[in-house]
Amino acid sequence: MRNLVAAPVILLAVMVQSAIVSRIYLLSGIADLPLVMLAAWALQGEVNTAWHWAVATGLLVGFVSGIAWFVPAIAYLIVIILAQLLQRRVWQAPLLAMFVVTFLGTIVLYLLSFATLRLSGVPLELSDTLGLLALPGLLLNLLLAIPAYAVMRDLSRWVHPPSEVE
Amino acid sequence: MRNLFSRTLQTTIIFLVVGGVLALALGGYFSSASNVFTGSLINVQTWFSSRFVALQDFLTAPRDVASLRQRNIELESEVSELQAQVIQLQQQVGETEILAALVDFSRARSENSYQAAAVIGRDPSPFLRYVIINVGSNDGILRGMPVVTDQGLVGRVDAVIADAARVQLITDAASDVNVRLQNAETDASLIGSVTGDVTLDLIPQDVPIEVGDLVLTSGLGGGYPPDLIVGQVVNIRSRDFDLFQQATVQPVVDFNRLEIVLVIINFKPVDFSPLIPAP
Repeated sequence: MRNLVAAPVILLAVMVQSAIVSRIYLLSGIADLPLVMLAAWALQGEVNTAWHWAVATGLLVGFVSGIAWFVPAIAYLIVIILAQLLQRRVWQAPLLAMFVVTFLGTIVLYLLSFATLRLSGVPLELSDTLGLLALPGLLLNLLLAIPAYAVMRDLSRWVHPPSEVE
Repeated sequence: MRNLFSRTLQTTIIFLVVGGVLALALGGYFSSASNVFTGSLINVQTWFSSRFVALQDFLTAPRDVASLRQRNIELESEVSELQAQVIQLQQQVGETEILAALVDFSRARSENSYQAAAVIGRDPSPFLRYVIINVGSNDGILRGMPVVTDQGLVGRVDAVIADAARVQLITDAASDVNVRLQNAETDASLIGSVTGDVTLDLIPQDVPIEVGDLVLTSGLGGGYPPDLIVGQVVNIRSRDFDLFQQATVQPVVDFNRLEIVLVIINFKPVDFSPLIPAP
């Protein structure tokens, strides 16, 4: 039953991303709210359902977006893997882990998107992509990381109360 | 007689004393004494007055504060409601103006049938320039239909579900629109980019083009109807060793403030792909 909370949260995140976050540009880059929320969720100690969240979010974003459906799905799964790995190693510094996962996850998502679009024949310039899209997007994601971590920590505590964890 | 005399004498003495006192007082000889006296009176009266006012405040002020607070809350609530109404009305005025412009546009181009749609979202990926509109196959929208505003070309429908559709903007990196330059009477290709800039390509070197030339759809390729306004040439890049000239185009549509669009629903895009020989 606890997993059911994923449905409204994921839907809300994708809707907010599409309706609001995607309209807020820094140069040509935008933040990726679903990615940041997934990273924050996966870094919570009590959470063991992050895989389900990643698959659902990836498929939903792939459905809404014009990019190939597997790009966000794979990228979000990699974010979960990174988060799980880092959670075991730097668990005493969750915010540091959050920044690292957000940073690496964003780069993975952009690399996958860039490669997929180039392979499908879209003329993308690497310099434009890096300077005007990837770096501003990375900065916005890192800015979003702190509030997203706080929100997902509260959600995690609500879904997994401490008494039940013990 | 003696009594009468003594009374008259008393009265006279009293008058004289009172008159003398008055004369001394008017002459300023009693000023210090009168100051002390009146000062004492004023102090006493002030004390009484201040205590009375304090008592009155104590008895009546709490009721007034409570009623004032209640009234303040009511007024603040009313102000909030009115502000919300003002914002709502401003929004409605803005939408009405846009719709009026779109109606004018559709009347001016009566050969086409239009379906109005609101832009409800954008592509979550920063690599793509797509918008999501709130009409779909239930409203007769099909893949490939052109999308315009009263200003000019927006893009075309890329994917459709029952009640929504995804529109590829002409600024998308994968977008390629066949256009013509109105003044130069030459065809070219309009290409989007990952940054949202649009560029004219494949303009022959011998064709004279100028800044300010109007760019219109040519209708070649069957992807878009002809003569839709796309934008204006703002910059030309012509180098001797290139096969073609290039030009930067300023689109007439402000894609960052896209709210309501029109889908041309009676346009059937032509799919040439079966005619293209496989490599």
